[in-house]
Amino acid sequence: MMDLKKFTIKDVQDGMKKRDFSAKELHSEFLDLIEKENGKLNAYLSVAEFQEPADGELVGVSLAVKDNICIKDTITTAGSKILKNHKAVYDATVISKLRSAGATFLGKTNLDEFAMGASTENSAFGVTKNPHDHSRVSGGSSGGSAAAVAAGLAVAALGSDTGGSIRQPAAFCGIVGLKPTYGRVSRYGLIAMASSLDQVGPLTKNVYDSALLLNFLAGKDSMDSTTVNERVPDFTENLGKSIKGLKIAMPKEYFGEGLDSEVNNKIEQAISKLEALGAHIDQVNMPHADYALATYYLIVPSEVSSNLARYDGIRYGLRKEGENLLDTYLKSRSEGFGEEVRRRIILGTYALSSGYYEAYYLRAQKVRTLIRQDFEKVFERFDVIVGPTTPTTAFKIGEKVDPLSMYLSDIYTVSVNLAGLPAISVPCGKVGDLPVGLQIIGRKFDEETILRLAYQYNGS
Amino acid sequence: MLTEKEVEHIAQLARLELSEKEKAKFQKELSLVLDYVDKLKELDIGQVEPTTSGSGSANVMRSDFGNSAYSPETVVKILEQVPDKKDGFLKVKAILK
Repeated sequence: MMDLKKFTIKDVQDGMKKRDFSAKELHSEFLDLIEKENGKLNAYLSVAEFQEPADGELVGVSLAVKDNICIKDTITTAGSKILKNHKAVYDATVISKLRSAGATFLGKTNLDEFAMGASTENSAFGVTKNPHDHSRVSGGSSGGSAAAVAAGLAVAALGSDTGGSIRQPAAFCGIVGLKPTYGRVSRYGLIAMASSLDQVGPLTKNVYDSALLLNFLAGKDSMDSTTVNERVPDFTENLGKSIKGLKIAMPKEYFGEGLDSEVNNKIEQAISKLEALGAHIDQVNMPHADYALATYYLIVPSEVSSNLARYDGIRYGLRKEGENLLDTYLKSRSEGFGEEVRRRIILGTYALSSGYYEAYYLRAQKVRTLIRQDFEKVFERFDVIVGPTTPTTAFKIGEKVDPLSMYLSDIYTVSVNLAGLPAISVPCGKVGDLPVGLQIIGRKFDEETILRLAYQYNGS
Repeated sequence: MLTEKEVEHIAQLARLELSEKEKAKFQKELSLVLDYVDKLKELDIGQVEPTTSGSGSANVMRSDFGNSAYSPETVVKILEQVPDKKDGFLKVKAILK
Protein backbone atom coordinates (compact mmCIF):
# COMPACT_ATOMS: atom_id res chain seq x y z
CA MET A 1 0.00 0.00 0.00
CA MET A 2 1.28 3.51 -0.77
CA ASP A 3 2.00 6.00 2.00
CA LEU A 4 -1.20 6.32 3.99
CA LYS A 5 -0.30 9.83 5.12
CA LYS A 6 -0.36 11.12 1.55
CA PHE A 7 -3.73 9.59 0.68
CA THR A 8 -6.05 11.91 -1.17
CA ILE A 9 -9.71 11.14 -1.80
CA LYS A 10 -8.82 9.97 -5.29
CA ASP A 11 -6.20 7.56 -3.90
CA VAL A 12 -8.82 6.13 -1.56
CA GLN A 13 -11.33 5.75 -4.39
CA ASP A 14 -8.76 4.03 -6.63
CA GLY A 15 -7.63 1.70 -3.84
CA MET A 16 -11.20 0.79 -2.96
CA LYS A 17 -11.95 0.03 -6.59
CA LYS A 18 -8.92 -2.24 -6.84
CA ARG A 19 -9.82 -3.80 -3.50
CA ASP A 20 -6.38 -2.92 -2.09
CA PHE A 21 -8.02 -2.30 1.25
CA SER A 22 -11.41 -2.00 2.89
CA ALA A 23 -12.91 1.06 4.57
CA LYS A 24 -12.52 -0.70 7.90
CA GLU A 25 -8.82 -1.40 7.31
CA LEU A 26 -8.20 2.23 6.37
CA HIS A 27 -10.02 3.46 9.44
CA SER A 28 -8.04 1.21 11.72
CA GLU A 29 -4.69 2.13 10.07
CA PHE A 30 -5.49 5.80 10.55
CA LEU A 31 -6.39 5.21 14.19
CA ASP A 32 -3.02 3.48 14.67
CA LEU A 33 -1.26 6.47 13.13
CA ILE A 34 -3.22 8.87 15.32
CA GLU A 35 -2.42 6.80 18.39
CA LYS A 36 1.27 7.02 17.50
CA GLU A 37 1.54 10.64 16.43
CA ASN A 38 -1.24 12.68 17.99
CA GLY A 39 0.58 12.99 21.30
CA LYS A 40 3.13 15.32 19.71
CA LEU A 41 0.60 17.44 17.83
CA ASN A 42 -2.62 17.44 19.88
CA ALA A 43 -4.63 17.68 16.65
CA TYR A 44 -7.37 15.25 17.76
CA LEU A 45 -9.37 15.63 20.96
CA SER A 46 -11.10 12.28 20.56
CA VAL A 47 -11.25 9.40 18.10
CA ALA A 48 -14.26 7.45 16.88
CA GLU A 49 -14.85 3.77 16.33
CA PHE A 50 -15.45 2.46 12.84
CA GLN A 51 -19.04 2.38 11.69
CA GLU A 52 -20.09 0.40 8.64
CA PRO A 53 -20.36 3.03 5.87
CA ALA A 54 -23.27 3.62 3.53
CA ASP A 55 -22.73 2.78 -0.11
CA GLY A 56 -21.51 5.79 -2.06
CA GLU A 57 -18.73 7.70 -3.77
CA LEU A 58 -16.88 8.44 -0.51
CA VAL A 59 -16.58 4.91 0.92
CA GLY A 60 -13.25 4.67 2.71
CA VAL A 61 -12.76 8.43 2.88
CA SER A 62 -11.68 8.86 6.51
CA LEU A 63 -12.34 12.37 7.75
CA ALA A 64 -11.39 14.47 10.76
CA VAL A 65 -14.09 16.80 12.06
CA LYS A 66 -13.65 20.05 13.96
CA ASP A 67 -15.08 19.60 17.43
CA ASN A 68 -17.75 22.28 17.01
CA ILE A 69 -19.63 20.12 14.50
CA CYS A 70 -22.06 17.63 15.99
CA ILE A 71 -21.70 13.90 15.35
CA LYS A 72 -24.49 11.94 16.97
CA ASP A 73 -23.61 10.18 20.24
CA THR A 74 -20.06 11.56 20.33
CA ILE A 75 -18.61 14.09 22.74
CA THR A 76 -18.67 17.55 21.14
CA THR A 77 -16.78 20.09 23.24
CA ALA A 78 -16.32 23.15 21.00
CA GLY A 79 -12.94 23.32 22.75
CA SER A 80 -14.67 24.51 25.92
CA LYS A 81 -14.79 23.28 29.47
CA ILE A 82 -18.47 24.20 29.56
CA LEU A 83 -19.20 21.41 27.01
CA LYS A 84 -16.47 19.02 28.17
CA ASN A 85 -18.89 16.12 28.64
CA HIS A 86 -21.49 17.15 26.10
CA LYS A 87 -22.75 14.32 23.91
CA ALA A 88 -24.28 15.48 20.63
CA VAL A 89 -27.80 14.13 20.18
CA TYR A 90 -27.93 14.50 16.41
CA ASP A 91 -25.73 14.67 13.28
CA ALA A 92 -25.00 18.05 11.76
CA THR A 93 -26.41 18.26 8.21
CA VAL A 94 -22.86 18.20 6.77
CA ILE A 95 -22.19 15.00 8.72
CA SER A 96 -25.35 13.24 7.58
CA LYS A 97 -24.66 14.25 3.98
CA LEU A 98 -21.10 12.89 4.07
CA ARG A 99 -22.24 9.82 5.99
CA SER A 100 -24.82 8.91 3.37
CA ALA A 101 -22.12 9.28 0.68
CA GLY A 102 -20.07 6.60 2.48
CA ALA A 103 -17.53 8.72 4.40
CA THR A 104 -16.32 7.62 7.83
CA PHE A 105 -15.24 9.82 10.72
CA LEU A 106 -11.94 9.32 12.51
CA GLY A 107 -12.54 11.73 15.35
CA LYS A 108 -12.93 15.30 16.52
CA THR A 109 -10.21 17.92 16.22
CA ASN A 110 -8.99 20.71 18.45
CA LEU A 111 -10.04 24.35 18.07
CA ASP A 112 -9.94 27.64 19.90
CA GLU A 113 -12.77 27.67 22.42
CA PHE A 114 -16.05 28.14 20.49
CA ALA A 115 -13.86 28.88 17.43
CA MET A 116 -12.70 32.20 18.92
CA GLY A 117 -9.04 32.59 18.08
CA ALA A 118 -6.33 32.23 15.47
CA SER A 119 -3.98 29.70 17.06
CA THR A 120 -5.90 27.05 19.11
CA GLU A 121 -4.15 28.56 22.14
CA ASN A 122 -7.63 29.43 23.42
CA SER A 123 -8.68 25.76 23.53
CA ALA A 124 -9.48 24.43 26.99
CA PHE A 125 -7.62 21.28 25.94
CA GLY A 126 -4.19 22.64 25.01
CA VAL A 127 -2.61 24.03 21.86
CA THR A 128 -2.28 22.13 18.55
CA LYS A 129 1.28 22.23 17.23
CA ASN A 130 2.23 22.99 13.68
CA PRO A 131 3.41 19.78 11.92
CA HIS A 132 6.11 21.82 10.12
CA ASP A 133 7.57 23.21 13.38
CA HIS A 134 6.38 22.02 16.76
CA SER A 135 7.32 25.29 18.47
CA ARG A 136 4.72 27.10 16.35
CA VAL A 137 0.94 27.26 16.23
CA SER A 138 -1.10 25.44 13.61
CA GLY A 139 -3.34 28.49 13.27
CA GLY A 140 -6.95 28.67 14.21
CA SER A 141 -9.52 28.26 14.97
CA SER A 142 -9.63 25.05 12.84
CA GLY A 143 -6.02 24.33 13.83
CA GLY A 144 -6.65 20.70 14.81
CA SER A 145 -8.26 19.89 11.45
CA ALA A 146 -5.46 21.64 9.52
CA ALA A 147 -2.71 19.91 11.49
CA ALA A 148 -4.43 16.51 11.14
CA VAL A 149 -4.57 16.84 7.34
CA ALA A 150 -1.06 18.31 7.01
CA ALA A 151 0.41 15.54 9.17
CA GLY A 152 -1.48 12.90 7.18
CA LEU A 153 -3.62 11.79 10.12
CA ALA A 154 -6.76 12.04 7.97
CA VAL A 155 -7.61 12.03 4.27
CA ALA A 156 -9.34 15.40 4.67
CA ALA A 157 -11.17 17.37 7.35
CA LEU A 158 -14.08 19.67 8.06
CA GLY A 159 -13.66 23.07 9.66
CA SER A 160 -15.65 26.23 10.16
CA ASP A 161 -14.71 29.75 9.09
CA THR A 162 -16.10 32.91 10.71
CA GLY A 163 -13.22 35.27 9.93
CA GLY A 164 -10.53 33.04 8.45
CA SER A 165 -10.69 29.95 10.67
CA ILE A 166 -10.37 27.53 7.73
CA ARG A 167 -8.10 29.57 5.45
CA GLN A 168 -5.58 30.82 8.03
CA PRO A 169 -4.72 27.39 9.56
CA ALA A 170 -4.68 25.90 6.04
CA ALA A 171 -2.09 28.55 5.08
CA PHE A 172 -0.04 27.96 8.25
CA CYS A 173 -0.05 24.17 7.72
CA GLY A 174 0.49 24.15 3.94
CA ILE A 175 -2.83 22.64 2.83
CA VAL A 176 -5.95 23.76 0.92
CA GLY A 177 -8.77 25.42 2.88
CA LEU A 178 -12.08 26.52 1.37
CA LYS A 179 -14.66 28.84 2.88
CA PRO A 180 -17.78 28.52 0.72
CA THR A 181 -20.21 31.38 0.08
CA TYR A 182 -22.41 32.27 3.05
CA GLY A 183 -25.61 30.30 2.45
CA ARG A 184 -23.93 27.59 0.36
CA VAL A 185 -23.48 25.02 3.16
CA SER A 186 -25.83 24.26 6.06
CA ARG A 187 -24.71 25.16 9.57
CA TYR A 188 -27.33 22.97 11.25
CA GLY A 189 -25.35 21.14 13.91
CA LEU A 190 -22.46 23.60 13.87
CA ILE A 191 -22.12 25.17 17.30
CA ALA A 192 -22.86 28.83 16.60
CA MET A 193 -20.31 31.58 17.10
CA ALA A 194 -21.28 34.58 14.94
CA SER A 195 -24.29 33.53 12.91
CA SER A 196 -24.14 36.21 10.20
CA LEU A 197 -20.62 35.01 9.32
CA ASP A 198 -20.16 31.31 10.23
CA GLN A 199 -19.69 28.84 7.37
CA VAL A 200 -18.57 25.16 7.20
CA GLY A 201 -15.96 24.06 4.67
CA PRO A 202 -13.32 21.44 3.77
CA LEU A 203 -9.58 21.29 4.55
CA THR A 204 -7.83 19.05 2.05
CA LYS A 205 -4.50 17.97 0.59
CA ASN A 206 -5.32 19.27 -2.86
CA VAL A 207 -7.85 21.39 -4.74
CA TYR A 208 -9.61 18.45 -6.39
CA ASP A 209 -10.57 17.02 -2.99
CA SER A 210 -11.85 20.42 -1.90
CA ALA A 211 -14.11 20.64 -4.97
CA LEU A 212 -15.27 17.05 -4.56
CA LEU A 213 -16.20 17.47 -0.90
CA LEU A 214 -18.06 20.69 -1.68
CA ASN A 215 -20.25 18.66 -4.06
CA PHE A 216 -21.52 16.76 -1.02
CA LEU A 217 -21.59 19.64 1.47
CA ALA A 218 -23.45 22.20 -0.64
CA GLY A 219 -27.18 22.75 -0.91
CA LYS A 220 -30.26 24.18 0.70
CA ASP A 221 -31.26 22.70 4.04
CA SER A 222 -34.63 23.22 5.65
CA MET A 223 -32.89 23.11 9.04
CA ASP A 224 -30.79 26.22 8.29
CA SER A 225 -32.87 29.09 6.95
CA THR A 226 -29.77 30.98 5.79
CA THR A 227 -28.98 28.35 3.15
CA VAL A 228 -29.86 29.46 -0.34
CA ASN A 229 -31.59 27.62 -3.15
CA GLU A 230 -28.73 27.99 -5.63
CA ARG A 231 -27.84 25.52 -8.34
CA VAL A 232 -25.15 23.13 -7.06
CA PRO A 233 -22.84 22.34 -9.98
CA ASP A 234 -20.31 19.50 -10.07
CA PHE A 235 -17.45 21.59 -8.69
CA THR A 236 -14.84 19.19 -10.10
CA GLU A 237 -16.11 19.44 -13.67
CA ASN A 238 -14.31 22.60 -14.82
CA LEU A 239 -11.11 22.32 -12.78
CA GLY A 240 -9.10 21.34 -15.83
CA LYS A 241 -10.21 24.33 -17.93
CA SER A 242 -7.62 26.96 -18.76
CA ILE A 243 -7.65 30.27 -16.87
CA LYS A 244 -6.59 32.14 -19.99
CA GLY A 245 -8.22 35.56 -20.07
CA LEU A 246 -9.45 35.38 -16.48
CA LYS A 247 -9.40 38.84 -14.89
CA ILE A 248 -7.64 38.97 -11.53
CA ALA A 249 -7.64 41.95 -9.16
CA MET A 250 -4.81 42.60 -6.73
CA PRO A 251 -5.95 45.04 -4.03
CA LYS A 252 -3.18 47.49 -3.07
CA GLU A 253 -4.45 47.44 0.50
CA TYR A 254 -3.56 43.73 0.84
CA PHE A 255 0.10 44.45 0.18
CA GLY A 256 0.73 47.28 2.61
CA GLU A 257 2.18 47.75 6.06
CA GLY A 258 2.21 44.64 8.25
CA LEU A 259 2.79 42.17 5.41
CA ASP A 260 5.99 40.19 5.93
CA SER A 261 8.36 40.88 3.03
CA GLU A 262 9.18 37.20 2.42
CA VAL A 263 5.49 36.28 2.40
CA ASN A 264 5.01 39.16 -0.02
CA ASN A 265 7.69 37.70 -2.33
CA LYS A 266 5.96 34.31 -2.40
CA ILE A 267 2.61 35.90 -3.20
CA GLU A 268 4.13 37.96 -6.01
CA GLN A 269 5.77 34.85 -7.45
CA ALA A 270 2.43 33.07 -7.34
CA ILE A 271 0.76 35.96 -9.10
CA SER A 272 3.46 35.92 -11.82
CA LYS A 273 2.70 32.24 -12.35
CA LEU A 274 -1.01 33.03 -12.76
CA GLU A 275 -0.03 35.64 -15.33
CA ALA A 276 2.10 33.07 -17.12
CA LEU A 277 -0.96 30.80 -17.21
CA GLY A 278 -2.74 33.50 -19.21
CA ALA A 279 -4.66 35.47 -16.59
CA HIS A 280 -4.83 39.27 -16.68
CA ILE A 281 -3.72 40.93 -13.44
CA ASP A 282 -4.46 44.49 -12.42
CA GLN A 283 -4.13 46.47 -9.22
CA VAL A 284 -7.28 47.84 -7.60
CA ASN A 285 -8.20 49.89 -4.55
CA MET A 286 -10.49 48.63 -1.84
CA PRO A 287 -10.88 51.85 0.13
CA HIS A 288 -12.60 50.32 3.14
CA ALA A 289 -10.29 47.31 3.57
CA ASP A 290 -8.58 49.08 6.43
CA TYR A 291 -11.87 49.14 8.40
CA ALA A 292 -12.68 45.44 8.06
CA LEU A 293 -10.97 44.24 11.21
CA ALA A 294 -12.56 46.89 13.43
CA THR A 295 -15.97 46.11 11.91
CA TYR A 296 -15.42 42.40 12.44
CA TYR A 297 -14.38 42.81 16.08
CA LEU A 298 -17.63 44.63 16.85
CA ILE A 299 -20.00 42.37 14.92
CA VAL A 300 -18.48 39.10 16.15
CA PRO A 301 -18.49 39.85 19.90
CA SER A 302 -22.02 41.22 19.61
CA GLU A 303 -23.30 38.04 17.99
CA VAL A 304 -21.20 35.94 20.37
CA SER A 305 -22.71 37.58 23.43
CA SER A 306 -26.16 36.69 22.12
CA ASN A 307 -25.37 33.17 20.88
CA LEU A 308 -23.55 32.11 24.04
CA ALA A 309 -26.34 33.27 26.34
CA ARG A 310 -27.72 29.75 25.94
CA TYR A 311 -24.99 28.28 28.17
CA ASP A 312 -26.72 28.79 31.46
CA GLY A 313 -25.79 25.60 33.30
CA ILE A 314 -29.42 24.51 33.35
CA ARG A 315 -30.23 22.53 30.23
CA TYR A 316 -26.87 21.07 29.24
CA GLY A 317 -23.18 21.60 29.83
CA LEU A 318 -21.34 22.41 33.01
CA ARG A 319 -23.34 23.44 36.08
CA LYS A 320 -21.80 24.98 39.19
CA GLU A 321 -24.43 25.13 41.88
CA GLY A 322 -24.81 28.57 43.50
CA GLU A 323 -26.88 29.93 46.37
CA ASN A 324 -29.66 31.01 44.05
CA LEU A 325 -30.48 30.88 40.34
CA LEU A 326 -28.50 34.02 39.46
CA ASP A 327 -25.53 32.71 41.37
CA THR A 328 -25.75 29.39 39.49
CA TYR A 329 -25.65 31.27 36.17
CA LEU A 330 -22.68 33.36 37.28
CA LYS A 331 -20.68 30.44 38.62
CA SER A 332 -21.42 28.04 35.75
CA ARG A 333 -20.55 30.57 33.06
CA SER A 334 -17.48 31.95 34.80
CA GLU A 335 -16.07 28.53 35.47
CA GLY A 336 -17.07 27.09 32.10
CA PHE A 337 -15.86 29.83 29.73
CA GLY A 338 -12.19 30.62 29.11
CA GLU A 339 -10.68 34.07 29.01
CA GLU A 340 -11.11 35.00 25.34
CA VAL A 341 -14.72 33.85 25.33
CA ARG A 342 -15.48 35.96 28.39
CA ARG A 343 -13.63 38.91 26.86
CA ARG A 344 -15.75 38.72 23.73
CA ILE A 345 -19.00 38.24 25.61
CA ILE A 346 -18.27 41.35 27.66
CA LEU A 347 -17.25 43.40 24.63
CA GLY A 348 -20.36 42.29 22.75
CA THR A 349 -22.65 42.95 25.67
CA TYR A 350 -21.18 46.44 25.87
CA ALA A 351 -21.53 47.07 22.12
CA LEU A 352 -25.19 46.00 22.22
CA SER A 353 -26.12 47.76 25.47
CA SER A 354 -28.50 50.66 25.63
CA GLY A 355 -26.77 53.91 24.65
CA TYR A 356 -23.93 52.18 22.79
CA TYR A 357 -25.81 50.09 20.22
CA GLU A 358 -25.86 52.85 17.58
CA ALA A 359 -22.30 53.97 18.16
CA TYR A 360 -20.89 50.47 17.91
CA TYR A 361 -23.02 47.63 16.54
CA LEU A 362 -25.19 49.61 14.11
CA ARG A 363 -22.21 51.63 12.90
CA ALA A 364 -20.27 48.40 12.30
CA GLN A 365 -23.17 46.96 10.28
CA LYS A 366 -23.19 50.10 8.13
CA VAL A 367 -19.44 49.92 7.53
CA ARG A 368 -20.03 46.27 6.65
CA THR A 369 -22.18 47.54 3.77
CA LEU A 370 -19.30 49.75 2.54
CA ILE A 371 -16.90 46.79 2.68
CA ARG A 372 -19.37 44.61 0.76
CA GLN A 373 -19.78 47.36 -1.87
CA ASP A 374 -16.00 47.59 -2.34
CA PHE A 375 -16.06 43.94 -3.39
CA GLU A 376 -19.12 44.38 -5.60
CA LYS A 377 -17.39 47.21 -7.45
CA VAL A 378 -14.26 45.16 -8.06
CA PHE A 379 -16.31 42.17 -9.25
CA GLU A 380 -17.98 44.35 -11.90
CA ARG A 381 -14.65 44.36 -13.72
CA PHE A 382 -12.81 41.29 -12.38
CA ASP A 383 -13.49 37.57 -11.94
CA VAL A 384 -11.44 36.97 -8.79
CA ILE A 385 -9.34 38.79 -6.21
CA VAL A 386 -5.99 37.43 -5.03
CA GLY A 387 -3.64 38.26 -2.17
CA PRO A 388 -1.97 36.73 0.87
CA THR A 389 -4.08 34.63 3.25
CA THR A 390 -2.09 35.84 6.26
CA PRO A 391 0.40 38.66 6.88
CA THR A 392 3.04 36.26 8.29
CA THR A 393 3.83 32.56 8.44
CA ALA A 394 2.88 30.54 11.56
CA PHE A 395 3.91 32.36 14.72
CA LYS A 396 5.46 30.91 17.88
CA ILE A 397 3.30 29.37 20.57
CA GLY A 398 2.87 32.03 23.26
CA GLU A 399 4.15 34.83 21.03
CA LYS A 400 0.95 36.89 20.81
CA VAL A 401 0.10 38.05 24.29
CA ASP A 402 -2.40 40.87 23.82
CA PRO A 403 -5.70 40.13 22.09
CA LEU A 404 -5.34 42.87 19.49
CA SER A 405 -2.10 41.47 18.04
CA MET A 406 -3.80 38.07 17.72
CA TYR A 407 -6.76 39.71 15.94
CA LEU A 408 -4.36 41.24 13.40
CA SER A 409 -3.52 37.81 11.96
CA ASP A 410 -7.07 37.76 10.51
CA ILE A 411 -6.58 41.03 8.65
CA TYR A 412 -6.87 39.63 5.08
CA THR A 413 -9.55 37.05 5.78
CA VAL A 414 -12.31 38.77 7.79
CA SER A 415 -13.59 41.03 5.00
CA VAL A 416 -14.52 37.94 2.95
CA ASN A 417 -16.88 36.80 5.71
CA LEU A 418 -18.30 40.30 6.17
CA ALA A 419 -19.18 40.31 2.45
CA GLY A 420 -20.43 36.68 2.48
CA LEU A 421 -18.07 35.64 -0.36
CA PRO A 422 -16.29 32.34 -1.11
CA ALA A 423 -12.49 32.17 -0.75
CA ILE A 424 -9.81 29.51 -0.85
CA SER A 425 -6.27 29.36 0.51
CA VAL A 426 -3.76 27.30 -1.50
CA PRO A 427 -0.12 26.64 -0.61
CA CYS A 428 2.31 28.83 -2.60
CA GLY A 429 5.73 27.90 -1.32
CA LYS A 430 7.56 28.21 1.97
CA VAL A 431 9.59 30.73 3.89
CA GLY A 432 12.19 28.53 5.58
CA ASP A 433 10.20 25.50 6.77
CA LEU A 434 6.96 27.40 7.01
CA PRO A 435 4.22 27.34 4.37
CA VAL A 436 2.63 30.43 2.83
CA GLY A 437 -0.97 30.59 1.59
CA LEU A 438 -2.35 32.38 -1.45
CA GLN A 439 -5.92 33.58 -0.96
CA ILE A 440 -8.30 33.61 -3.91
CA ILE A 441 -11.65 35.35 -3.40
CA GLY A 442 -14.61 34.91 -5.74
CA ARG A 443 -18.03 36.28 -6.53
CA LYS A 444 -20.96 35.03 -4.49
CA PHE A 445 -21.73 31.38 -5.31
CA ASP A 446 -18.86 31.27 -7.81
CA GLU A 447 -16.74 28.68 -6.00
CA GLU A 448 -16.20 27.11 -9.43
CA THR A 449 -13.91 29.91 -10.61
CA ILE A 450 -11.77 30.14 -7.46
CA LEU A 451 -11.43 26.35 -7.39
CA ARG A 452 -10.44 26.30 -11.05
CA LEU A 453 -7.83 29.04 -10.55
CA ALA A 454 -6.47 27.25 -7.47
CA TYR A 455 -6.36 23.93 -9.35
CA GLN A 456 -4.59 25.44 -12.35
CA TYR A 457 -2.10 27.11 -10.03
CA ASN A 458 -1.40 24.01 -7.95
CA GLY A 459 -1.73 21.39 -10.64
CA SER A 460 -3.88 19.05 -8.51
CA MET B 1 -11.50 54.17 28.51
CA LEU B 2 -13.86 51.84 30.34
CA THR B 3 -14.08 52.26 34.08
CA GLU B 4 -13.78 49.28 36.38
CA LYS B 5 -17.36 49.92 37.45
CA GLU B 6 -18.54 49.70 33.82
CA VAL B 7 -16.73 46.39 33.33
CA GLU B 8 -18.39 45.09 36.48
CA HIS B 9 -21.83 46.24 35.31
CA ILE B 10 -21.45 44.72 31.83
CA ALA B 11 -20.15 41.46 33.28
CA GLN B 12 -23.24 41.34 35.50
CA LEU B 13 -25.48 41.90 32.45
CA ALA B 14 -23.67 39.05 30.69
CA ARG B 15 -24.02 36.82 33.76
CA LEU B 16 -20.28 36.54 34.27
CA GLU B 17 -18.44 36.78 37.54
CA LEU B 18 -14.95 38.37 37.41
CA SER B 19 -12.21 38.36 40.01
CA GLU B 20 -10.63 41.70 40.98
CA LYS B 21 -7.57 40.81 38.92
CA GLU B 22 -9.68 39.95 35.88
CA LYS B 23 -11.64 43.18 36.20
CA ALA B 24 -8.45 45.22 35.95
CA LYS B 25 -7.11 43.07 33.12
CA PHE B 26 -10.31 43.20 31.07
CA GLN B 27 -10.65 46.93 31.71
CA LYS B 28 -7.26 47.50 30.11
CA GLU B 29 -7.67 45.04 27.23
CA LEU B 30 -11.21 46.02 26.33
CA SER B 31 -10.25 49.68 26.34
CA LEU B 32 -7.50 48.90 23.82
CA VAL B 33 -9.97 47.10 21.56
CA LEU B 34 -12.51 49.93 21.89
CA ASP B 35 -9.81 52.48 20.99
CA TYR B 36 -9.00 50.39 17.93
CA VAL B 37 -12.61 50.05 16.73
CA ASP B 38 -13.06 53.83 17.19
CA LYS B 39 -11.49 54.20 13.76
CA LEU B 40 -14.94 53.43 12.32
CA LYS B 41 -15.92 56.94 13.42
CA GLU B 42 -13.72 58.35 10.65
CA LEU B 43 -16.28 57.23 8.06
CA ASP B 44 -19.38 59.12 6.97
CA ILE B 45 -22.15 56.54 7.21
CA GLY B 46 -25.15 58.89 7.20
CA GLN B 47 -26.97 57.42 4.17
CA VAL B 48 -25.65 53.84 4.39
CA GLU B 49 -28.03 50.96 5.08
CA PRO B 50 -26.77 48.35 7.56
CA THR B 51 -25.87 44.81 6.37
CA THR B 52 -27.37 42.36 8.82
CA SER B 53 -26.60 39.02 7.19
CA GLY B 54 -24.05 37.31 4.98
CA SER B 55 -26.61 36.46 2.32
CA GLY B 56 -28.93 39.45 2.39
CA SER B 57 -31.90 37.26 3.29
CA ALA B 58 -34.08 38.12 6.26
CA ASN B 59 -36.98 36.57 8.15
CA VAL B 60 -37.22 33.28 6.28
CA MET B 61 -40.53 31.72 7.33
CA ARG B 62 -41.72 28.14 7.38
CA SER B 63 -45.16 26.66 7.93
CA ASP B 64 -46.06 26.42 11.59
CA PHE B 65 -46.31 22.69 12.11
CA GLY B 66 -44.34 20.18 14.13
CA ASN B 67 -41.86 17.87 12.49
CA SER B 68 -40.48 14.53 13.45
CA ALA B 69 -36.85 15.63 13.81
CA TYR B 70 -37.02 14.85 17.48
CA SER B 71 -37.99 11.25 18.01
CA PRO B 72 -38.83 9.98 21.52
CA GLU B 73 -35.33 8.46 21.54
CA THR B 74 -33.80 11.90 20.86
CA VAL B 75 -35.89 13.48 23.59
CA VAL B 76 -34.50 10.94 26.05
CA LYS B 77 -30.98 11.78 24.89
CA ILE B 78 -31.61 15.52 25.25
CA LEU B 79 -32.81 14.97 28.79
CA GLU B 80 -29.69 12.93 29.54
CA GLN B 81 -27.70 16.14 28.98
CA VAL B 82 -29.50 18.02 31.76
CA PRO B 83 -27.15 18.46 34.73
CA ASP B 84 -29.89 18.24 37.36
CA LYS B 85 -33.36 16.83 36.85
CA LYS B 86 -36.22 15.07 38.57
CA ASP B 87 -39.05 12.96 37.09
CA GLY B 88 -38.26 14.22 33.58
CA PHE B 89 -38.23 17.87 34.64
CA LEU B 90 -35.27 20.25 34.77
CA LYS B 91 -34.39 21.13 38.32
CA VAL B 92 -33.46 24.74 39.16
CA LYS B 93 -33.16 26.84 42.28
CA ALA B 94 -36.36 28.51 43.44
CA ILE B 95 -36.67 32.03 42.08
CA LEU B 96 -39.48 33.05 44.45
CA LYS B 97 -38.97 33.20 48.18
